[in-house]
Amino acid sequence: MINKNKKVALTGGFAVGEAMTQINPDVMAVYPITPQTPIVEYLARKVANGKADTEMIQVESEHSAMSACIGASASGARTMTASASQGIMYMMEVLPVASAMRLPIVMAVANRAISGPLNIHCDHSDAMAMRDTGWIQIFSENAQEAYDNTFIALKLAEKVLLPATVNLDGFILSHSVENLELLADGLIYKFIGEYQPEQHLLDFEKPKTFGAIALPDSYFEFRKQIYDAMEKARAEFNEITKEFGELSGRKYEQIEACETENAETVIVAMGSTCGTIASVVDKMRAEGKKVGLLKIRLFRPFPYGEVQKALKRIKRVVVMDRNMTFGSQQVLASEVQKALGAELESVIYGLGGRDIYERQIEEIFEGKKDSPYFLM
Amino acid sequence: MKKILEIIIYGRGGQGAKTTAEIIAQGALLERKFVQAYPEFGPERSGAPVKTFVRIFDKPIRTREPITNPDCFMVLDETLLEIFEGFENLSEDSSLIINTCKTKEAILKEINFKGNLVVVDASGISKEVVGENRPNTVILGKFSKVTEAVELENLVKVFRNKYQEKIGSEKTNQNINAIKVAYEK
Repeated sequence: MINKNKKVALTGGFAVGEAMTQINPDVMAVYPITPQTPIVEYLARKVANGKADTEMIQVESEHSAMSACIGASASGARTMTASASQGIMYMMEVLPVASAMRLPIVMAVANRAISGPLNIHCDHSDAMAMRDTGWIQIFSENAQEAYDNTFIALKLAEKVLLPATVNLDGFILSHSVENLELLADGLIYKFIGEYQPEQHLLDFEKPKTFGAIALPDSYFEFRKQIYDAMEKARAEFNEITKEFGELSGRKYEQIEACETENAETVIVAMGSTCGTIASVVDKMRAEGKKVGLLKIRLFRPFPYGEVQKALKRIKRVVVMDRNMTFGSQQVLASEVQKALGAELESVIYGLGGRDIYERQIEEIFEGKKDSPYFLM
Repeated sequence: MKKILEIIIYGRGGQGAKTTAEIIAQGALLERKFVQAYPEFGPERSGAPVKTFVRIFDKPIRTREPITNPDCFMVLDETLLEIFEGFENLSEDSSLIINTCKTKEAILKEINFKGNLVVVDASGISKEVVGENRPNTVILGKFSKVTEAVELENLVKVFRNKYQEKIGSEKTNQNINAIKVAYEK
């Protein structure tokens, strides 16, 4: 029990585990995988100690984990899970089923590179691999955001009836201890409320079929409904984060602009590296250099209008992708270019946990590089 | 604080370098500081060289840059001196705290280091006071004395909270005494 807001130091993984404990979902079906494991470990310990009464389902694979989540969620249970990397790849077959069945499952993803070669360290390849599966995707810069995003994702998912992921950089966030404020249980309860699904399998008064086959006369309509729900998530995200801001004092927008107002060069990025970029921006601003950062928090649906507004007067825009697309422009760079409607520079960095130093960011701010520039 | 204080703890897998980092971070938290503590990422291998990292500041810490030139570098196992080649790159303002029964002069014959060298026989103190070889927490006493980054009493408080239930009052008190001996010596 957390009776009043509490300042603690926790790893990002445990912070998300604590958020899940406070949410106390009905079902958590999960298969362990580095660097996600601390999340489920934390919740499992709380359940074993009687601090949460979640039904923990230990499955034999991620495919089964997501399948069990779909079954549980369709039955009307508030359902959560966590995974990363190969786990996401393995559950790929059922990820779009969750969104098509309009199930508000929330999954924490401790972002990790995908094989091959085999690598357990951070990049965003797993999140990018699931970008067209109809899941809402929110990114976190630090443990506080990962914790807060878990509540926001849940409320948003249940509002628009789409599954949602909370992305936190593997190891860099999942395994680093840092300061954060935990919210009192009462505030959380007030924010997320009791889960009362409008439709579910166990409603014997109004029996329904879930996950039926759809022929050419209806499949398209089902897909269009996912599209519309994702579009609806934009405005709902704003409403929900506004309410969360009043509750917690932490205001989250779809993007976060740092010193972009009169900037000449702005770097666009997602995840923990935004912290390093922000530190460089502070140092260079102190030297009178006009640089800024645009952090993308909401990746799906992508905030085109917000990005366009933030970047329209910026002379030089550099987009940093922590993943690699082959034979095409990089993912985040493409999204930002669409928003901006102008040429930009693309940087690929941090693949497979490659370290990133402030001086490298400073060099990017200082002058033009090849595009794409491989920050190896 | 003028700048972020950075610490590296260098030990062998299983020696508890992660615990050292966590106690420092939790101690700093009691002093309302902002912290960041993380292990060297990857699989854990018993006996292999391992580093853990801590940042402490009085404002929020946003950078995630790897720590390469720390203000304080602690070595839990003196056999690591043979394999680590980075001591000469550490700055003149940094402190190097080594768990060893050798003298400073003897250590300086083995390594090239320009900063403030501190030796403490954390293993010896631990064996004498606790009856076990646990340098990772004992060295905290010397860390507090040398860096003044976290008050001794706060490190002790964190240790007590973390271990009292697990190892009992008697063992906890012995360990705390050992930390205090390392502070005084």
